[in-house]
Order: sequence, then structure tokens, then C-alpha cells
Amino acid sequence: MKKLLEIDNLVAGIGDTRILNGLSLTVGSGEVHAIMGPNGSGKSTLAQIIAGHDAYTVTSGTVTFCGRNLLDLAPEERAREGIFLGFQYPVEIPGVNNAYLLKAALNARLKHEGKKEIDAFEFMKIAREKMSLLDMDPGFLNRGVNEGFSGGEKKRNEILQMAMLEPRLAILDETDSGLDIDALKAVAKGVNSLRHPDRSIVLVTHYQRLLDYIEPDHVHVLSKGRIVRSGDKSLATELEEKGYDWIREAASA
Amino acid sequence: MSTESDDIQTLVGQRYRHGFITDIESDSLPPGLDEDVVRAISARKLEPEFMLEWRLKAFRHWRGMREPDWAHVHYPTIDYQQISYFSAPKSDKDRPKSLDEVDPKLLETYDKLGIPLHERARLAGVAVDAVFDSVSVATTFKEKLSEAGVIFCPFSEAVTKHPDLVRKYLGTVVPHRDNFFAALNSAVFSDGSFVYIPKGVRCPMELSTYFRINAANTGQFERTLIVADEGSYVSYLEGCTAPMRDENQLHAAVVELVALDNAEIKYSTVQNWYPGDENGKGGIYNFVTKRGDCRGRNSKISWTQVETGSAITWKYPSCILRGENAVGEFYSVAVANNLQQADTGTKMIHIGRNSRSTIVSKGISAGRAQNAYRGLVRVMPQAEGARNHTQCDSLLIGDKCGAHTFPYIEARNPTARIEHEATTSKISADQLFYCRQRGISEEDAVNMIVNGFCKEVFRELPMEFAVEAQNLLNVSLEGAVG
Repeated sequence: MKKLLEIDNLVAGIGDTRILNGLSLTVGSGEVHAIMGPNGSGKSTLAQIIAGHDAYTVTSGTVTFCGRNLLDLAPEERAREGIFLGFQYPVEIPGVNNAYLLKAALNARLKHEGKKEIDAFEFMKIAREKMSLLDMDPGFLNRGVNEGFSGGEKKRNEILQMAMLEPRLAILDETDSGLDIDALKAVAKGVNSLRHPDRSIVLVTHYQRLLDYIEPDHVHVLSKGRIVRSGDKSLATELEEKGYDWIREAASA
Repeated sequence: MSTESDDIQTLVGQRYRHGFITDIESDSLPPGLDEDVVRAISARKLEPEFMLEWRLKAFRHWRGMREPDWAHVHYPTIDYQQISYFSAPKSDKDRPKSLDEVDPKLLETYDKLGIPLHERARLAGVAVDAVFDSVSVATTFKEKLSEAGVIFCPFSEAVTKHPDLVRKYLGTVVPHRDNFFAALNSAVFSDGSFVYIPKGVRCPMELSTYFRINAANTGQFERTLIVADEGSYVSYLEGCTAPMRDENQLHAAVVELVALDNAEIKYSTVQNWYPGDENGKGGIYNFVTKRGDCRGRNSKISWTQVETGSAITWKYPSCILRGENAVGEFYSVAVANNLQQADTGTKMIHIGRNSRSTIVSKGISAGRAQNAYRGLVRVMPQAEGARNHTQCDSLLIGDKCGAHTFPYIEARNPTARIEHEATTSKISADQLFYCRQRGISEEDAVNMIVNGFCKEVFRELPMEFAVEAQNLLNVSLEGAVG
């Protein structure tokens, strides 16, 4: 299996607070990984660092994406290389049309790849296709980015963006949080439709629930900024039964 | 031509006794302002007696006035005796000889805005022969207008060719004693535009100062008068997106609009005077009085402005809603970057029954700039059923700039309905990161957010103007986040 993302012994944090303590993780092309762990274990930090948020400082370790040092790249460059972060709390950008943002994002990517940018007409065609795939109302496109969206709509909008941008690596940060069961199913259906041998997906989640709908190839348990246990999907079931305390005990033992 | 200049020389010679230059070629008055200067200006323009009398009345009043200091702007004291009040065609020796002598930053901006090469020199004030590049366009344009009976000409031409109309409407909206800058303008105004739309005529095209031959060099004291007779409609575009340089630092223009029964005037401005360099040096002071009078029943006046230029802007396009069911609108985007200061807003004076007004003001501050909205909504006792809705939003970029809002509301009729909404927001780090994570650069993200913020106003601009305005905003805010 081709390696897409390789994280080796990553130490990072905010200011003087260390959050990741020597985290290592390898994601192969086409794989779906789930990263689970209790609150404060560093799950979201990991997602933000891969995306390049400048609030975090990396002290040591490496992050390699397709053989390149990812830490050298600005967030927009990482995005254009094919890294997508589905945000836990998608921000509202009032007045900016959803379609406008999406088209700008798509064209930034196409331009980066030396391809021809698409016009509004072509864009609408693709967007409508993707939306019907996700059972989304086309009216979504004309609304302000996340402006006045419900929790479920925001998460669905993230998946729509993912579908449009066709990333090589998608990190979905707590995509299941705050969703009722119907919304969860809809989001999971969208994600599953985007599974592809050339696309890797990292699901960051607190609960096993999401994994009932999106079946991961690998499950990792994060505790105190390190991966303390890895396994297949049965690990998630085990966690659900025993809770995180069991992992904490195992980690400190 | 020769007899004309002889006439001027005679007139000037008679009235001005202080050894003042009579050579028409140099055509510039020495600095200073007194009655003789006012007379000289009037004489040079071959104005009828009533015009001179009007100027003199304004001047005498102005002498007793004090410069206003209530606006939220700061600038060194202006010495009004150090200004030359007639400098229409600027003498070539004071201008840059070629584009090489012009601020490279300004040239860069022209480039970004896609200003054609042959236009750049004119805008930058380089001493070149003024060549109007599309004479044929202008000719067709004039023919079409005269067929419709529309008068659209330089103000000075209107004074001589249509004195009755000028006399009937001049100063009826902005009286010569209205305020310090308006009085000054009334005394010494150089030129400007005059528009008259006859009864029932819908002006067949957007009137733009760009197409007015002779538009260049209207100077620092411009005066515009637009009259829309009963049932007529006109859309007027002022300004241009290219940054204009001018060695006259003080600009005090007056615009008067009159809308009679069932008439509508739409007045759009894109103003981009040179704001000065990053330290604010050399920027224009823009002190403007713009007012529209909805004199007739069901009349409507709509102001739309995009203000990005000038070191200081002091400007409150207003509507007097005199007629029954009169409608006043004000849509504004004011951008202040670097050291720019803007104090702008509107006044809606409700007099007519069921008069309505809408105010949408979008202020954007970046750098160390200060941006103030100042607005007045006044409902007079007789304005039964008057309505106003005001929306006033400020957007801050960075943490060294300021936004200020001064809304004044006076309701003297109990049936009035007045709504005021205001928001202040900041482009947040989260918003920028979100966009960047989608592959959009920080600069593009700022532009996108700013354009989204201004959308409601841009929608009011004529199509091609809207696109230009959007580009202009992007260029004006370049490097605002860093």
C-alpha cells in the first residue's frame, strides 16, 4: 500500500502547553482511519496541525505528505495539494455566497494543478450533481457560507465541499458531533460515496456511533497526545463497551 | 475665438485692479480670495449678471463663517488665502513631465485596475495633449440625448445657454449660505455638470461624467445641478475607479438634485481621489455637499456611493423628502485604509406624508484608518406615516483602525416608524483559516469577505460600475491583513 501521510514522533502544542507527545501515524492511500480518544487527548489538535493552523507550534517530529515535508507549506498550499479538513465548528462567513467560496476553492486547486479553471456554468453543473448525490437542496448554494445553518446543515455543507474538491486526504474532525440520527446517516452516506482507492479519510471522533455507518480499516486510540493502541474496527466496539478509562489504565500501566 | 479672449481681457482688465495677469494662456489667479477674485472668475466665464451677484452674496456670507470642526477628522488648518481659486487648465510646468515622474505605487494601481495605457497619463495629471479617445462615441451620445430633449453640458455652458433654468434651480437645494464649504463653492466654483430631463422623458442612457467632453480639469470646486422634470428618469454616474491625482489638495464640490412629481434620479458615485502615500502625504481633502430635493409627489432620489479615495472625506449625500410619498435612498460603501479618515453618512428629512427612506451604510476600516458614519433621520410634524429603515454596518480589518457611528434620530410625528440596525464585525482569524484551508489565499479571502459585506450596495450600482467597484475595493485593501 502506498503511503500518503506519515507522521513521525510529532511533538506540538500551543505556547508552553504540550498537546502532542511523540505521535506517530501512517495512512496509506485509499484507507479509512478512525482516531478516537477522550476529550483533551489531542485529536482536534492533530487535525489542525495537519491543516496548518498557525496557533500551534511543532517542536519536533515530521509530517510527510506524498513524500513532501508538509510543515513547510502554508495552509492554502496544503489544501491545493489535496488536504481537506472538515471542521468541527464550521465558521460563518456572512454575505459570502456558498457557491462563490466553493468555486474559488475549486479554481485555486485547478490552477495549482495547471488545469483550466471552470466557469460558473460548468461549476453549477458539477455542484448540482454532487448535491443530488448527497440529497442536498440546491438552494444551499445561494446562501451565505454557513450563515444561519443548523448544526446538521453545516456538517453536510462540509461534506459537499469535500465532494467538490475531491481531496487526496480528508480529515473529518468530529463530523458526527451534534447530529441527530438522520443527519448522521446522511453525512455518513455522503462520506461513504466518496471512498475511493486514491482518497484517504481520517475520521476524528469521540464516539463509536459514527463507525457504525462508516466502516474504518484502522482504529487508533489517542491518549495524552500519543497513539496508545491501534487495531481494526473491533477496537472501536471494545472501546464502546469498556469506555476510555480502560485505555487510560492500559496507557499508564 | 480671438474676439472672445479680447472680451475677457477687457472685462478682466476693468474689474481687477491689482496688477493681475490678463494673459489668458497662463489662466491662473494668484493665491488669495477677495471680491475681486470672485468677479474675475465670473468675468472669465462670461457669466450673466445674476450669476455674479449670486457668487458675491455667497462670498460675503462665507467671510463671516467658521470652518466646521465637528467631524471626526483631523487635518492641519487650511489657509484659504494660500489657495489659487482659478487654475482651470493647469500650467504644464507644474505637472509631471512623463509617467516616470509619477509615484510608482500609483502606476502599479493603474496596472491592477487594468486602466488603458493612454488613459494613465491623463489620470496621473501628466502634461499631455488631452485627446478624447472616442470622439465618435461622444457624438452618437450627444445626438441621442438631444433627440430626447435632454440637456447635459458643462455648468458654465448651461449658465450662458440656459440661464433661465439655472436661475430657477441653482441654490434651491443647497443655498449659498448652507455651510462653510458650500458657501465657498458657491462663490468660486469652477465648473461641473448641468442636467435637465424634460417632462415624461426617460433618459435613454446612463449619463456619465466620463463622456462629458471637457470633463477634465473641472477643478477643485465642482458644481453639479440635475433637474428631473415631472415623470422623468435619469441615472447619473460620477467619478471613475482610477485614482485621480490633483495638485489641488482641497476639494469642495456641491451637487444639487431636484426631482419633481413622479420623477426619479439615481446618482451613483465611485470616488477614488488620491489618498496620499502610506503616511498620508499628498492626499486630497474631499469636503462635499450633496443634497437631493424630492420636491414632487411620488418622486424618488437614490444615492449610491463607493468611497475609497481621499485622505479625508467629509460627505453626507442627503434627501429632502418634501413631496407626498417621496422616496429617498442612500447606499454607501466607505473604505478607509492606511491613514485615511472618512466621516460620511446621510440625512433624510421627512416632510411629505408617507415619505419613505432607506439607508444602508457599509464602512470598512483597515490599517490605522478612522471611519465614521454620521446620519440624521428627521421626521417633521407634517410627515404623517413617514418610514425609515437604517442599516449601518462596520467591518474592521486589523486592530489599529477605528469605526464610529453617530446616528441622530428626530421624530416629531407620532405615526413615524424608524428602524435602526447596526453591526460591527471583524474579519476573524477563524474565517481566514477556513478559507485558506479551502485553498484560497489570505488576500483573496479578505477580498471575498469584503465583497460579501458590500454586496447590498454593489447591487445598486449599474452593472459595469459594480464590477469596477469590486476590483477597486480589492486594490484599495491590498496588504490590509499582514
